Amino acid sequence: MNFELTEEQKMIRQAAKDFAERELLHDVNERDAKSEFAGDRVKKLAELGFLGMMTDPKYDGGGMDTISYVLAMEEISKIDASVSVLMSVCNSLVNWGLETYGTEEQKEKYLKPLARGEKIGAFLLSEPEAGSDATRQRTTAIDKGNHYLVNGTKNWITNANCASTYLVMAQTHAEKGHKGINTLIVDKDTPGITLGPHEDKMGMRSSDTHSVMFSDVKVPKENRIGEEGFGFKFAMQTLDGGRIGIAAQALGIAAGAFERSLNYAKERKAFGTEIGNHQAIAFKLSDMAVKIENARNLCLKAAWLKDQKQPYGYMSAMAKQYCADIAMEITTEAVQIHGGYGYVKEYHVERLMREAKLTQIYEGTSEIQKIVISRALLK
Amino acid sequence: MKILVCISEVPDTTSKIKHINDNKELDKTGIQWIINPWDELSLTRAIELKETPGSKVESITVVHVGLQDSEPTIRKALAMGADNAIRIDAQPQDAYYVASQLAKTIASMDFDIILTGLDSADFNGSSVGGMLAQQLDMASISAVTALNLEGEKILVNRDVSGGTQTLEVQPPFLATVQKGIAIDPRIPAMRGIMMARSKPLEVLEATNEVTPLTEYVSYEVPPPREACRKFPEENAKELAHALHNEAKLI
Amino acid sequence: MTILVYTENREGRLIKAAFELISYAKEVAQKTNARVVALSIGDVNRDELMKTANYGATRVVTINDEKLSLMDNKRYISVVAEVAEKEQAEIILLPDNTTGKALTPGLSAKLKAGLVSGVASLPQSYDPFIVKKKVYSGKSIANVKILTDRKILTLPSNSFGVIEPESNGEPQIEEFTPDADMESKINLVSMNKVTDKILLSEAEIVVSGGRGMKGPENWGMIEELAGLLNAATACSRPVSDEGWRPHSEHVGQTGKVIAPNLYIACGISGAIQHVAGISSSKCIVAINKDDEAPIFDVADYGIVGDVQKVLPQLTQAIKAIKEA
Repeated sequence: MNFELTEEQKMIRQAAKDFAERELLHDVNERDAKSEFAGDRVKKLAELGFLGMMTDPKYDGGGMDTISYVLAMEEISKIDASVSVLMSVCNSLVNWGLETYGTEEQKEKYLKPLARGEKIGAFLLSEPEAGSDATRQRTTAIDKGNHYLVNGTKNWITNANCASTYLVMAQTHAEKGHKGINTLIVDKDTPGITLGPHEDKMGMRSSDTHSVMFSDVKVPKENRIGEEGFGFKFAMQTLDGGRIGIAAQALGIAAGAFERSLNYAKERKAFGTEIGNHQAIAFKLSDMAVKIENARNLCLKAAWLKDQKQPYGYMSAMAKQYCADIAMEITTEAVQIHGGYGYVKEYHVERLMREAKLTQIYEGTSEIQKIVISRALLK
Repeated sequence: MKILVCISEVPDTTSKIKHINDNKELDKTGIQWIINPWDELSLTRAIELKETPGSKVESITVVHVGLQDSEPTIRKALAMGADNAIRIDAQPQDAYYVASQLAKTIASMDFDIILTGLDSADFNGSSVGGMLAQQLDMASISAVTALNLEGEKILVNRDVSGGTQTLEVQPPFLATVQKGIAIDPRIPAMRGIMMARSKPLEVLEATNEVTPLTEYVSYEVPPPREACRKFPEENAKELAHALHNEAKLI
Repeated sequence: MTILVYTENREGRLIKAAFELISYAKEVAQKTNARVVALSIGDVNRDELMKTANYGATRVVTINDEKLSLMDNKRYISVVAEVAEKEQAEIILLPDNTTGKALTPGLSAKLKAGLVSGVASLPQSYDPFIVKKKVYSGKSIANVKILTDRKILTLPSNSFGVIEPESNGEPQIEEFTPDADMESKINLVSMNKVTDKILLSEAEIVVSGGRGMKGPENWGMIEELAGLLNAATACSRPVSDEGWRPHSEHVGQTGKVIAPNLYIACGISGAIQHVAGISSSKCIVAINKDDEAPIFDVADYGIVGDVQKVLPQLTQAIKAIKEA
């Protein structure tokens, strides 16, 4: 066993930290309040190669391993989860999905600009009536010979407005159930696509979230990923990896709240001493530290398995569930440690607490992760 | 045109500074080492110049005096965008020692512009650049806030006592640079980090012909400042009187 | 023994730092039985040079050469080195400003004379010669031993202070023509003189604004107070990065390091990088709405409150004192 990071991994972590502290920190609360997307900063993040960091250099990506990705996701999420969710969707869902299952032509045309960060991708699975149960896709992709005709509505789509390339799950053969689902690569500017208003969310308010409506949208046949009916499997395989990204995001939110709490506990005085000297606070910090260390190890283990080309779905579900749940606990405790200051926006922890909540919900709720974990156990 | 950037390694700004061994040495436990911020800005500017379309800059070399454990810092410079690196294998003793090591190595090489940071975040000596220029018998310009290549011309801005100047300079020359030359240090891109591995890092033996001119004998912690006397928001007047009567500063 | 002091002038007037250096040299001279020689380069008239005697110089070497009108480090270093040799100077003092930073390293290498820059107090001992200087951006103080017979020191502005003048008769003034190498590779294209403002690096009082000022449109308040106090204006790094103020006003680790007698920090939280640039100030006043802001850890006086409200009140109160 070796817990030592490589020189490159440390450098990537530092680069992500420097980027977040320099570019995101100063207006993160303001953007959160205004639900304002950090388009200019996303562009810089893309130029640094963070949006295609794991894609093979052959397809213009950074060629970094999943461990580096986890480290970068943690650092960005400590400061701004609205930006890190974009990074997660691009890296682990869209780029990974295209790289793993796309044809050479699809990779040439769609993956390369995504990996270079020139374009942004979105992953369109959730529907008004298909959240955790993704088999119930109501969006249809009717086979019209040389193209599919897509109709339906997708919900809670991250990057919906800023993305150029959509990966859309839609039902082609309803009678085959989830085996009739296809994944199609859709250019966002194809006629017939409209966006709902920017979602007014509890947290991650500056991430670009909309519903997307498809009305007789023509998608060429060659834009289908994999064989006919591969769409559901594609989505599930992709989400296995996506969980590592969201787990790292939740870890970052927790670690960000913890670092702020630790600093606060060293500075803030009550009853004649720094509050960290009171056992009530000291023990909270100790509990937080243990959970974060555990969470980080789970994330890194899942990432390591993926890098070693070993099965990682079980471990990534564990990482996602644990990191999301402790993020909620830790951010709540962080607000408590900060007292009144924790409840006002300026001290960041209330925002982190709102952000943590989403990590328990999206890309598979904590409950869904428990299903994945327990099924693997009882198999 | 070839640019040489001298980099040193210093404790990260937020590092706690403590001393050990009877206050004779820095306690290196827990210290994160970074490229000296001034040097990082000079490297950033060199990279910007090289990236300018039609640039005449052929290569950027970084040079560092230090032991093997400083190589991550050098790799970072390569990841930022330097083309190759030289490490002179010696433990720095004082600024003159470092400058002399650099001079011995550089003397036989061919650079048009040599950049060094005006200051360093460890010994805050502002010395290596000027000493190096002198030993190389090279023109030097200090406190440089801008470096521009305009056609055949090299223009620099510098601070002088009582103002700022723009100069036209003939290469080769050495500039000691400060903030303004670049605004933010370059964050290495993924591609740069990946390529840093394969860029050449040459290790050269140090000369033992140089001796330091100064010796850091011991260190002490600065005395803590007295507690702040706080006045309520509406009482700016009291503060003004304290500054007048107590501190006698106004 | 001779202590050579580089007395810098601006527009023919010796700057305050020159007198501060002579005051320092005089203290050292008394302990080491040395004479203090002032070196002046530029067009400085006799009356002005005479002033150096009041602070302790007994001899002045003055050089007025057209070729030295532009600061060419190499030329200047040659000239100062030549004078140092001629006067057999054992200690050479320069200000720790752009001039000192430009000349002392080269001078050190040329004369093989140990250099310590930023020395704020008298030597701890003379044999061995040990001085104190701040290191690690003010987080530690080092005792540095100079191993060579000839020594070069630079002093930060306002650190030692000017010792009140006393009439010491007339110094011996020598007009000197250096024999130094005069080749130059630099040409002046343009010069932007700062004449109407107090120089930040030399100011005794500095009024500085941070992000808490909210925007460049509010700098009138800073400038008003600075004008009233004859102070220079400065800012924190985010302010210059945002382009609210020029980079030349940025005080902090990678910006200017200053040591005024009074530093008034308005809406500056006091990040460690900022404190590195101001920690040598004799008195720090902080105005910040956040009671926990780290600036209060280094401040001597503080007001917890909205800087937009407090600053005009402070300006008014100081105005009243000045008028009284």
